[in-house]
Amino acid sequence: MIEVAHETVLSVRKVTKVYPGTIALKSVDFDVRKGAVNVLVGENGAGKSTLMKIIAGVEQPSEGEILLDGKPIRLAGTQDAIGHGIGIVFQELNLFPNMTVAENIFITRERCRLGFDIDAAAMREETRKLMQRLEHDIPPDALVADLRIGQQQIVEIAKTLSQDARILIMDEPTSALSATEVEILFRVIKELKAQGVAIVYISHRLEELVRIGDYITVLRDGSITGSRSMQDVDVPWIVRSMIGAASKDYAKADDHVFGDEIFRAEDITLARQGGGYMVDHVSLALKAGEIVGIYGLMGAGRTELFDCIMGRHPNAGGRISIAGKELAKADVATRIAGGLALIPEDRKAEGLVQIMSISDNMTLASLWNYVRGFHIDRNKERSAVQRFVSDLAIKISSPDHEVASLSGGNQQKVVIGKALMTGPKVLLMDEPSRGIDVGAKAEVFRTMRKLAADGLGILFVTSDLEEVMALSDRIIVMSSGRITGEFDRAHATEEAIVAASSIGHDFTTHKMELAQ
Amino acid sequence: MSATLARPASAYNSSSMLMMLLHLRTFIALIAVIIFFSFAAPNFLSTANMMIMSKHVALNAFLAIGMTFVIITGGIDLSVGSIVGLTGMVAGGLILNGLDLGIGYTVYFNVIEIVAITLLLGIAIGAVNGLLITRLNVAPFIATLGILYVARGLALLSSDGRTFPNLVGNAELGTTGFPILGAGTFLGFPISIWLLLVVGLGAAYLAARTPLGRQIYAVGGNERAAALSGVRVNRVKMFVYMFSGFCAAIVGLIISSELVAAHPATGETFELNAIAAAVLGGTSMSGGRGKIGGTIVGAFVIGILSDGLVMMGVSSFWQIVIKGLVIIAAVVVDQFQRRMQQRIALQSQAAMGG
Repeated sequence: MIEVAHETVLSVRKVTKVYPGTIALKSVDFDVRKGAVNVLVGENGAGKSTLMKIIAGVEQPSEGEILLDGKPIRLAGTQDAIGHGIGIVFQELNLFPNMTVAENIFITRERCRLGFDIDAAAMREETRKLMQRLEHDIPPDALVADLRIGQQQIVEIAKTLSQDARILIMDEPTSALSATEVEILFRVIKELKAQGVAIVYISHRLEELVRIGDYITVLRDGSITGSRSMQDVDVPWIVRSMIGAASKDYAKADDHVFGDEIFRAEDITLARQGGGYMVDHVSLALKAGEIVGIYGLMGAGRTELFDCIMGRHPNAGGRISIAGKELAKADVATRIAGGLALIPEDRKAEGLVQIMSISDNMTLASLWNYVRGFHIDRNKERSAVQRFVSDLAIKISSPDHEVASLSGGNQQKVVIGKALMTGPKVLLMDEPSRGIDVGAKAEVFRTMRKLAADGLGILFVTSDLEEVMALSDRIIVMSSGRITGEFDRAHATEEAIVAASSIGHDFTTHKMELAQ
Repeated sequence: MSATLARPASAYNSSSMLMMLLHLRTFIALIAVIIFFSFAAPNFLSTANMMIMSKHVALNAFLAIGMTFVIITGGIDLSVGSIVGLTGMVAGGLILNGLDLGIGYTVYFNVIEIVAITLLLGIAIGAVNGLLITRLNVAPFIATLGILYVARGLALLSSDGRTFPNLVGNAELGTTGFPILGAGTFLGFPISIWLLLVVGLGAAYLAARTPLGRQIYAVGGNERAAALSGVRVNRVKMFVYMFSGFCAAIVGLIISSELVAAHPATGETFELNAIAAAVLGGTSMSGGRGKIGGTIVGAFVIGILSDGLVMMGVSSFWQIVIKGLVIIAAVVVDQFQRRMQQRIALQSQAAMGG
């Protein structure tokens, strides 16, 4: 990195934000430098999102001030922020699923003829240009609802780009992106930097931060615990600043002996609309106590494979057996009863019933275990919930509170608890660490290790190379719906995995293009 | 700053006091309405009047109980009023004319059988609603709107629009005894009140204590998450519409028994009163929330309000206006309570540092 004195474009001075009963930020100073990537890290609940919301005008500080080019400004709303050239890509995507990509990008800023007649062709053209810049071929007329989460994130980024932001805030932009997409995003970020845009970058993926960041600020419990130039720091320093103590190693694989084969999927197929396969004749097996990581790029068919295994696609082909017994009927309830449990990728949409209590969420998949006579035995249910809450170290003040009041990491643990309460033999985890902080991530991984040691077979999907290397006893790589590589822990190398994950990939994207 | 964190204990007490009042708001409204009318309307508190009013209320309460389950799953059942009409006509027709098999031979059922057939018919119509919604993916509003028209049309067709009068039955055919349902009493209370007690308690138990009840809430809260947890969503939906049809059939039987006649237009706009009672009782139209107890209290508030206003001699046009205002007020208070509740949950979670 060449040493350039980046000038400060926006500074936050002594900002405090008080919510009823809690202080989210305590007298925080934060500088955003022009033409640089300003990284912000911290565990969930450390106050990153609050700080970003203040900069983006969503929330107003209780105390302190914001200086833009040295002059104090007041951001009463997001419109003010956009007016000052501050754009934000939220972690929770703020898109309209019922509208097209182009409509979403230009929402409230529609290109109009004579001020009222929407010029759809111009919007489509500009969208196409934005997508070219982002090296994605998402059609401008596609409905956002039909896009995968990663693609939606790209749309969200395109939307901010189209606003000509001087300061661009990205909250976990890579959490749903595959390795190639991350590379593309990084190229875009470099280009923006060169154009003098100040980028505020929030992520949990530390290696990523070290790679792309120029300056780093660490938040812990609402206070700044470190703020440096990126050259002077390394991952251990970041982790120490974040969690206050050294060491947060992923639970290392221990060498316990695997049991008998517990799960077998044979010849799983799922046809793609418009020809071809989303899941292309996949067969795999799993032993008791074994953790198998499935690595692949977005659209490789990993999530779809899990959906097929779980019986969510009645038209999927192939056979599934648990401990040698075939599960014939393809529906979720039968598969759960057979000993399968899935922890879905999208916690909010598929993992939890947000308005139900923590306890009700946890027991939802295993209700019949607590039934006595006709009804649910409340004591039995409550004691089971208590056991899993303490086993998984879920931080809650009462199991009767709505699950929506929990942080991401704790919500994820509730979903895991729900799956475990069905007494599964095989656990399917789709991106188990998505959107949770380092501390919670390490805990989730430790839990996975422990469960495997107890004889559970675990099959998990991830786009995080380090995660798949650290956690798996065996690694399966998928690409374009097929298994393109299988590695033992001992023989796996990052290069080989990445190479396998790109086999036939260009061909697929081409095929997708044709299909649309 | 520290003042905001360490709030005086009295603040918590007063807010939990407010929460309790908000929780019991429908009940408080009920008591307020009763106190008001006992002063404003003469004879309001007399036993005879109470009996008559509770019989009125019971009809709406049955429908509202069925409606509550449907709304909790995120659906709506607009067909209940028409099911009331059709089931009443079927019961009346079977008593009066029997079932003409078309070969010059007519079967007459006894009253027990007729009641059973009518209830099964209600369940069957509910099943049609359920099948349209689960198998053919018709939106609940549209599916039940269609059945609203179909059932009403069939009710009119069944008698060419005429009333089946004088349903006392014929001793020779063994069809006597039907009026007992509407006019009979047990331990001094009308049969319909006892029935409401049984159905109400059964539904409340189902909602609060059984796996099916939990699943009904889960389907309304997040259908995809419920399905992924192994809840058989379609079965749950089938159940709620069939149960709603069953409740409507009970009402059809009670009304035609009370009047000792069946009229094909019976039950028009009943569905709206049922929805109103459910909403007044705290059921959320977006699904996932609601309580049977609340719904029954809501039905009593609406029923007593309209009967009381009649006794006070208030114009029936004003009654309609007042009913509308009460419903809106209920929903506004409901939103307020929900926000308070969320804040309290967030606060205690924040206090944990989670």
